Amino acid sequence: MVDAASAIDRRRLGRGSATRQNLAGWLFLAPVVVILGVFMLLPILMAMWVSLTSWNGQGSPFTGRAPFVGLGNYVRLFTQDDLARQDFMTSIRNNVYYVAIVVPVQTALALGLALVVNGRMLKGKTFFRSAFFFPSVTSSVAVSVVFLFIFANSGAVGSLLSMFGISGPEWFSDSRGVLHLLLGGLGLVDGAAPPAALTGGGPFGLTWWDWLSGPSVAMCTIIILVVWTTSGTFMLMFLAALQDIPVTLEEASLIDGAGAWQRFRHVTLPMLRPTLFLVLTLGLIGTWQVFDQVYVMSQGNPAKTTLTPAYLSYRTAFRDFDYGSGTAISFVLFLIIVVMTLVQRWVMRDRVADAGAGPRKQGSS
Amino acid sequence: MSRRTGRRTAQAITHRPGDGRSMVSTFTGYAVLVFFSLVFLYPFVIQIANSLKTEADAAANPLSPIPSPLSLAGYERVFFGTDLPLWLGNSILVTVIVTVGRVFLDSLAGYALARLRFRGRRTMFAAIVAIIAVPGVVLFIPKFLVLNQLGLYNSYSALILPVIADAAGVFIMKQFFESIPVSVEEAARIDGAGVFRTFWSVVLPMARPALITLTIISFQGTWNEFPHSLVSVQSPSLFTLPRGLADLVSGSLGVGTQYPLKLGAAVLATIPVAVIFVIFQRYFIRGANEGADKG
Repeated sequence: MVDAASAIDRRRLGRGSATRQNLAGWLFLAPVVVILGVFMLLPILMAMWVSLTSWNGQGSPFTGRAPFVGLGNYVRLFTQDDLARQDFMTSIRNNVYYVAIVVPVQTALALGLALVVNGRMLKGKTFFRSAFFFPSVTSSVAVSVVFLFIFANSGAVGSLLSMFGISGPEWFSDSRGVLHLLLGGLGLVDGAAPPAALTGGGPFGLTWWDWLSGPSVAMCTIIILVVWTTSGTFMLMFLAALQDIPVTLEEASLIDGAGAWQRFRHVTLPMLRPTLFLVLTLGLIGTWQVFDQVYVMSQGNPAKTTLTPAYLSYRTAFRDFDYGSGTAISFVLFLIIVVMTLVQRWVMRDRVADAGAGPRKQGSS
Repeated sequence: MSRRTGRRTAQAITHRPGDGRSMVSTFTGYAVLVFFSLVFLYPFVIQIANSLKTEADAAANPLSPIPSPLSLAGYERVFFGTDLPLWLGNSILVTVIVTVGRVFLDSLAGYALARLRFRGRRTMFAAIVAIIAVPGVVLFIPKFLVLNQLGLYNSYSALILPVIADAAGVFIMKQFFESIPVSVEEAARIDGAGVFRTFWSVVLPMARPALITLTIISFQGTWNEFPHSLVSVQSPSLFTLPRGLADLVSGSLGVGTQYPLKLGAAVLATIPVAVIFVIFQRYFIRGANEGADKG
């Protein structure tokens, strides 16, 4: 990329304006640099320090009065057999199930909706597109309140289910794991008396039985809410990519007599790979950060089955006044997000390259 | 419904086999779209309808879109029984200042990065991109730490200053400025206009679409912002609307479910963004895809 600035620069250098541009450039950038430096970079550095202390919120953590504990807060999360580790591991378990369901479901739903909305024969596309996108732009707190009502014991979902003769669960107070229910329902294990081999022990202070719970019924309401709010945004990304597919390509495949599925599988999907990659990455990054919905709808309850690392880190710092541990949890979460993104990049690398185009980041604009 | 499809399909097939199949798929397409429109929009219908019901009616008929009897009691209590008017005021104040600040500061920085040649430009751009990648959720406690240390915690400054510039906005503006031709600016500069004058009266007017997009995503983002207010203020008098709403729901109301009241407050939190969404849809959509680019 031959950039425009250097073009101007070359023409203007002769007039001795290099210094002026240097100054102007920094002046223009200064406010943003100061704000981002003071409120993004500095806080991260400060937090790194605090995560090495056991500061309890009294006084300043930087004057030497806060006890220095080194990597103690981090080590404790993984090795010490206490409530803190149990809560942390529970939050990890909850979030893993949450990610494992939300990411594929929202991606599939977004892609499906984009394909239908993109159908050439349909009228009213703009309306449908807006209808699906609207939940994404509204306040997460406001829609959480709405879903609290919808899933309440005498709520809309309950009455909808009862119309079909089903009596729904008490969503928000039901801590039973869906996988437990499923295993119990299939008669594989007895939910009331799980096999001793699974309850006897397990990694990181949780039993195997605990790890295999699946998301709780209460967590399912948050999963449904989040899929409902985010699918619209991802649908728009797929839609933009679908509209970039040359019509001639589709026509050629039509002439070749390819069926709808074959066209999708061999023409559309390869063209969508960069977008698919992007949507999966953004989904992974976003789902590990679930916080607002947990704060409003469940505060980690019932029985800690909706606790997530983001919420736990907040709670540990601001409710238990253990800022060191809270910060340590948030850095571990940061690391999880970075690792997930890298792993996914590595897994998808050949496939993206095959598609013959970089991710949209490079491909567009 | 399904009988009608069947007949139509049968007719179409007897006439022209190819058309029949496409009619079925068109019909299925519409059926899917209508079903999902209901899924995506009906919760809002429930929200509005139940905010206008009596508490007993909301509990008995939560699904019904028609309040019977129509009751404004929920809204009355929202306005006269809670601090919501105050939170609404705070939200408006913070949103307006942050949006104006972001649009101006992000444009300045975006322009510098796109057009001005200065030492350290590449490094600064790399830093901005790196900051975009930092997940917001890990910043909760750090933000509190810095606000606390600077003595800004629990003030309007704490609500506004940390978010008055954002890296993603700078990125969007830089991309846009790079896409407009340099020639106009050159003409202005040859005429002797200074860098700021060129930026202000020549470049910015050309950047209208990008400015509108940025205004809208800043407005929407700031209006809906929740965790930042959670870690920057603690006095109820400084709550923004989402913070106040979360507080109402988590039990500051005392006894009873009071759903009409809560839903009414949620409606009020949704309306401004909904209105702007209806008017400026295409900018929202552009914003979403800009988000994709920067991602």
